[in-house]
Amino acid sequence: MSTPRTLFEKVWGNHVVVDADPALLYVDLHLVHEVTSPQAFAGLNASGRNVRRPDLTVATVDHGIPTTNRSLGIRDPLSKKQVDALVQNCKEHGITLFGLDDPRQGIVHVVGPEQGLTQPGLLVVCGDSHTSTHGAFGALAFGIGTTEVEHVLATQTIWQARPQTMAVEVEGSLPWGVAAKDLILGIIAKIGVSGGTRHVIEYRGQTISDLSMEQRMTICNMSIEGGARAGMIAPDETTIRYVEGRPFAPKGKQWDAAVEAWQGLATDPGAKFDRVETLNANDLVPHVSWGVNPAQTVPVTGHVPSPDSYADPQQRDAAVRALEYMALRPGTAIADIEIAHVFLGSCTNGRIEDLRAAAKVVEGRKVDSRVTAVVVPGSMQVKAQAEAEGLSEIFERAGFSWRDAGCSSCLAMNPDVIPAGERCASTSNRNYEGRQGRGARTHLVSPAMAAAAAISGHFVDVREWESSV
Amino acid sequence: MKPVTLITGTMVPLDRADVDTDQIIPQQFLKRIERDGYGEFLFYNWAHTDDGQPSSDFIINHPARQGAKVLVAGPNFGCGSSREHAPWAIQQWGFEAVITPSAADIFRNNASFTGLLIVEMAADAVARLMDLATDPSAVVTIDLETQMVTAEGIEEHFGFDATAKERLLSGLDGIGVTLIHDDVIGSHEANRAPWLPTAVG
Repeated sequence: MSTPRTLFEKVWGNHVVVDADPALLYVDLHLVHEVTSPQAFAGLNASGRNVRRPDLTVATVDHGIPTTNRSLGIRDPLSKKQVDALVQNCKEHGITLFGLDDPRQGIVHVVGPEQGLTQPGLLVVCGDSHTSTHGAFGALAFGIGTTEVEHVLATQTIWQARPQTMAVEVEGSLPWGVAAKDLILGIIAKIGVSGGTRHVIEYRGQTISDLSMEQRMTICNMSIEGGARAGMIAPDETTIRYVEGRPFAPKGKQWDAAVEAWQGLATDPGAKFDRVETLNANDLVPHVSWGVNPAQTVPVTGHVPSPDSYADPQQRDAAVRALEYMALRPGTAIADIEIAHVFLGSCTNGRIEDLRAAAKVVEGRKVDSRVTAVVVPGSMQVKAQAEAEGLSEIFERAGFSWRDAGCSSCLAMNPDVIPAGERCASTSNRNYEGRQGRGARTHLVSPAMAAAAAISGHFVDVREWESSV
Repeated sequence: MKPVTLITGTMVPLDRADVDTDQIIPQQFLKRIERDGYGEFLFYNWAHTDDGQPSSDFIINHPARQGAKVLVAGPNFGCGSSREHAPWAIQQWGFEAVITPSAADIFRNNASFTGLLIVEMAADAVARLMDLATDPSAVVTIDLETQMVTAEGIEEHFGFDATAKERLLSGLDGIGVTLIHDDVIGSHEANRAPWLPTAVG
């Protein structure tokens, strides 16, 4: 009998071109966006090289584009130049582009799965750290830099040091009102922001199997916030049902062959991981970040911690600086923190289920008069579906601004910048200093928690509301 | 890429853990389509006041620190976003190396292609170097060839990925090296499953 292997080991093994350390791996899908690719194409053009497999390369615009008044074009001349460069590069090299006026346009990590391009067992790369999202399908997917983007364009391969494996075993079921976002924030709080460094995480256990694909994407998306190279979840019936019938999914006999291959990818019984962490989902509560990294979170029922609660002097210093930046005092109840902005969207929480969860909380209520609340769907397809389901009406009636798709306030490269000193409840993935705009103060939460904060003007425990809706 | 040679120079200590690439180069400076022009925006939000003036209390602005070649940083340096603009900004400010107890995966990888030397060294040795670096005239030497960091009272070996080392020492173009394997890439390509997705054709 052959040695039992993990999901990661199988996918890695299927892509080895040169078996060394680092190994040369073949890339099945290269996703491209406007911000990290222009220098790569320029390098390629300067050396007279071509894109080896334009048919395995797909581009979209997302990072720097406006979410309002698109018919007026991009007003920021630098952002316009980046988008124009991508349009030109895709045209020159024969690459499929979901451009600004394409109904398939959206955040790169939303459109890949949505179009059926993201499939189990693939090796996916993109010049973006949240490429880990695609691991939700049992793909090995990780972010790369611009030099590597150029390398993949030219060779369709990438050199990778073999990472170690970490199993995160989650048992129990997510309690009422607790979201996938709370689960991944709980995992990051446990392993720390560098706990996953040099590792690929496989999320396992009954809790994970019970999650929808949207929820799994939220989990894998934030693997990078735990420092991991990638996050993966074994493909199962939920995965197969999600992929089936999508535009780029296999059809007919090819579909049957693909499903058979996918069914063999799950980690074999008895396979060993380099490290195992366990978590019980029954204990989870909605989380709110209070600081400036995604491990600085507390339950919504909790209080802003004191720096003295950290034993490590460097973490204590970090907490002091975080409190100063966030203008918070230790001991303040999370529920007493008032917010001025709500951002619902991003590659973490900009999918249809996220909008449904938020709309359920918002329905029949009004956004607090002191709050500016915005919904930015993860893709134009998500937007269209939300409109068809009547969700946009719920949001707009409540006082949310309903936007076009993009990364928007997650990283504020477009005009959706949170003003300095103002506080935002955000469904995105990073609460770093300045992430949503210089001086802006970000609190990471789930979609339902963000929606409840929009209505109340401060954080509230959405579990108390959900039982009443 | 310029080959990495023996690095000898003064240091800048940045005693903070988990410095993310958003701090190294904030998002508003990622809109250029060139590889240069990022140095003046290094640690921009920390290095500038709200009205955009250089902030005199941030260390990279101190006159005595100009010309430093080595950044000494806390653990998990370069976490977060995959932006290669981060190593570009660090190098274009004038640094040739970063010494840290640990660097984030994507950042470490990116730096190995841009020619920025990332030395991951035992935390206690980094702490001693951090102390030494409070003196702006203190000098450190990093020898990638022998994988040694030398400074007053410090002589420390560091681990380094062999392939990245070869690339940094030679300054070779990665694509050219990979294309030596063109045959095996081609044969792998020819054996890919027919159901794998393609976007055109």
